Amino acid sequence: MANPFRHRYKRPRIPWGKMDISATQTDDLIACPNCDVLYRIKAPARGERARCGRCHEVLITPRLGAEGRIIALALAVLILTIGALSFPFLTIRAAGVSHSASIFSAAAAFSGGPFFLLSFAVLCLIVLVPVGRVLLLLYVFVPLARGRGVGPLTKQAFTLAERMRPWSMAEIFAIGCAVALVKVADLAEIAFGPAFWMFALLTLLVVAQDSLICRWTIWDALDKEAEA
Amino acid sequence: MSEATPLTAREAGLVGCRRCGRVWPIETEECGRCGAHLQSRDPRSLSRVWAWWAAGLIAYVPANLYPMLVTSTLVEETQATIVGGAVELAQHDALGVAIIVLVASVLIPVGKFMAIAFLALSVHRQADTGAHARHKLYEIVEYIGRWSMIDVFVVAILTALVQLNALASIHPGPAAAAFAASVVFTMLSAQSFDSRMIWDHLGGPRPRPRLEERAT
Repeated sequence: MANPFRHRYKRPRIPWGKMDISATQTDDLIACPNCDVLYRIKAPARGERARCGRCHEVLITPRLGAEGRIIALALAVLILTIGALSFPFLTIRAAGVSHSASIFSAAAAFSGGPFFLLSFAVLCLIVLVPVGRVLLLLYVFVPLARGRGVGPLTKQAFTLAERMRPWSMAEIFAIGCAVALVKVADLAEIAFGPAFWMFALLTLLVVAQDSLICRWTIWDALDKEAEA
Repeated sequence: MSEATPLTAREAGLVGCRRCGRVWPIETEECGRCGAHLQSRDPRSLSRVWAWWAAGLIAYVPANLYPMLVTSTLVEETQATIVGGAVELAQHDALGVAIIVLVASVLIPVGKFMAIAFLALSVHRQADTGAHARHKLYEIVEYIGRWSMIDVFVVAILTALVQLNALASIHPGPAAAAFAASVVFTMLSAQSFDSRMIWDHLGGPRPRPRLEERAT
């Protein structure tokens, strides 16, 4: 039995075992980024995933037409973001007084004096980083999907987009809204603005988009395009 | 030769790129595919982990001592710290939200500090057991770290929303900035950790099989 964990997973994995390694021929190998185990690449079929047998990290998970779907989702995210930014987010009413907040005003909430830096950080986390990521992904995937090869900065753009991933906190902001609502519920009456629903949808799209990105497949494609 | 300790790239005299997965001879310094800097194990990884960890812990102290929210109404001005705010929520029959706030801003940050310290110490003392459990712990810490930011966002939303002139208004307290800094520092600490080191000392002190034996 080559793999002690095989019985626990139904999905096929890259088999490990004895292999002859010559230092010059490494282009058909893959090392798990989490635990360094070495595998010979056996590309999984569409819809299947190759996991590391030791730490179960997903190594390769090619998706059918991933480029097109990533582009479609990126455009949807961009349009929804513009909408979410331009409409009021939440409206509060108490004793005849009402006040609406937009996403910008939430980001600018800390703008007074020493909180300037925090205000900028919040703006980055909920607007600039998510939007920047989408633009970078469009720059990478539009030429790739149209067979136009890769631009001079494509690899840097994709690297940056992947680096931004943990700092894109739109979905956390959406949950934060729910907590904030409960906190002021007994103080005043709250109404959702159109931007709130756009933001909720946006959150789902970003999660869907992230699940489509298989780093190994994309780097492999970029590499082949660059050579061609 | 045991099948349970599989061949790693380092043992094979190779180095794997953590960004794109491509494998190169161990002396390679830059990945020829994605341009990432290559290092089989980063010796300074643990120093960076501890540095960000300490910064996060230092920022976490004022985050708890100073008020997070300053609420002004017609009659009074109240200041609430993280724990104080949660207690107040619980008294207003919002027990569910109180628990969410406590978990997100007390339990998770404290647990994160302990988990990162435990992982770094286990690498220091070259632990040879429980790699799977430690790896799971690392994955949880990495996944959950960002969610602590929820508290800062709640303060931002409340401050933007509750501006009803003299009737009621909410302003951020100094703890909001300290807490945000603490979350960012601990995220950087977790990202600095080279998770491959978790697996390096499995099998204990016994000499590992040499490449020639395994490769043939």
